[in-house]
Amino acid sequence: MASTVSSPDVAWMLVATALVLLMTPALAFFYGGLVRSKNALNTMMMSVCALGFVGVAWAVLGYSLAFAPGSSFVGGLSRAMLSGVGLEAQGTIPQLLFMAYQGTFAIITAALVSGAVVERMRFGPYLAFVTLWSLLVYAPVAHWVWGGGFLAKLGALDFAGGTVVHVNAAVAALVAAVVIGKRKDYARQAILPHNVPFTLLGAGLLWFGWFGFNAGSALGANSLAALAFANTMLAPAGTLVAWTLLDLGRTGKVTAVGAATAIVVGLVAITPAAGFVGPMAALALGIVAAFPSYFALLYRARTRLDDSLDVVAAHGLGGSVGALLTGVLASKAWNGTADGLLFGNPAQLAIQALGLVSAIAYSGVMSYLLLKAIALAAALKIDRQHEGLGMDVSQHGEEAYADHDGAILILETSAQTPAPVGALATEGGRS
Amino acid sequence: MKLVVAIVRPEKAAEVLEALFRADVQGLTISRVQGHGGETEKVETYRGTTVKMELQEKVRFDIGVSDHFVEPTVQVVLAAARTGEVGDGKVFVLPVEKIYRIRTGEEDRAAVTPVQVVAAGRA
Repeated sequence: MASTVSSPDVAWMLVATALVLLMTPALAFFYGGLVRSKNALNTMMMSVCALGFVGVAWAVLGYSLAFAPGSSFVGGLSRAMLSGVGLEAQGTIPQLLFMAYQGTFAIITAALVSGAVVERMRFGPYLAFVTLWSLLVYAPVAHWVWGGGFLAKLGALDFAGGTVVHVNAAVAALVAAVVIGKRKDYARQAILPHNVPFTLLGAGLLWFGWFGFNAGSALGANSLAALAFANTMLAPAGTLVAWTLLDLGRTGKVTAVGAATAIVVGLVAITPAAGFVGPMAALALGIVAAFPSYFALLYRARTRLDDSLDVVAAHGLGGSVGALLTGVLASKAWNGTADGLLFGNPAQLAIQALGLVSAIAYSGVMSYLLLKAIALAAALKIDRQHEGLGMDVSQHGEEAYADHDGAILILETSAQTPAPVGALATEGGRS
Repeated sequence: MKLVVAIVRPEKAAEVLEALFRADVQGLTISRVQGHGGETEKVETYRGTTVKMELQEKVRFDIGVSDHFVEPTVQVVLAAARTGEVGDGKVFVLPVEKIYRIRTGEEDRAAVTPVQVVAAGRA
């Protein structure tokens, strides 16, 4: 292992870390546009607050559980509270920068789960869930693949986190949607996106940030980063074209929500493969990935599963297709590490499948237990009356789009001075 | 002829609309309005500014109906808009002097009787 810090690598990883951090506010816009206006702030806050809560948990314990030396299942506690995490080289960048870069992954992964529980999960239990989930589920799974755990030893390929991030989050999302239950209006009333331009903005910013996510996973300013970068441009383009044609063939119209979804599906699918496959393989992977997600979205809407923003269809299926196709399309000529099925190494596909199954099983069981444990302390779901009123007012005491007619200032001193109290009573029409 | 004016909760508006259609009440106008009833106040805070929201969002239905349709219309709205909590809204029934259908110039009862094109088979 190289033990000197390389300036070009540091420069690129500083930028990449900032790019990945931007993906979480981008996700807030992507998800926020897809919900009804009365729940817009709550949905966006689910992502925004992950920046804080998961970020703190990462520094306190998460980084250590994922990357400190430990068993093949989970890291140790030697780097808790960032002890021993300084400016010494980890690869060719300071370990502190490596910690920050990986922290942005933990944040976005936890925030992804929120898409399945929007418009009904109470905010306090949500914060408790994503914070503990990042420690108990995300950190161990990251350790398996990137921290020297058992999947790393087996040679599972997951370049930037198709399994660790996307499948992991999607399984937690599925479990959360089932445990918490559906929205009261689900399948009874039309629930429509309130701001599709927000969703397109979010998709655009996600793509931008994803260059840091995938190309940054090379952990240096090198040719591997260039390969991952080009693949991150090509695969979503392929998915977008395939999705557009599917839309056109099915309804005769190309939808904007569909286009935004296609971009995310393509990005998810190329994530595990980004640094392992050639550019034309990435394009093919992107095109193929459109099909399962496209039809799963149509099917899910007719089921009783209220995975409200389709985390399972987009991230679960997209991530699974990407992880398996990495085992097919990986090429040593491009990555210098491993070949896939197409290049004469069918065993890789089996290893990929094992990685996938392990993550699905662990995330499924642990997410279920965690939600049930939190439910012992507090109700996970809002009551029907407040759900009807909207989560923005009931959870945050704010509205996204209020014109504030009839808003009356409450003064700190109003208890002592009679004048404002009298004014309130008159304007309110009460005696 | 009467004008039925119903002020309901926004989250109940879709249910009311559906129930009205099911009861064959097809001509109506809706608008988003703000008003004050007896509901508990909503307190919101924006960067240290705390305000009490005195006006609540509501949806207003204006439904012009012929006399024998008044009672069913009112009952449908009452059933569909009720939650049992303060703030469910009001229904007003107002007398109407004259109604014209702009397209044909038909007046009064004929003007609020739906054209039997789509609903041809209905009794």
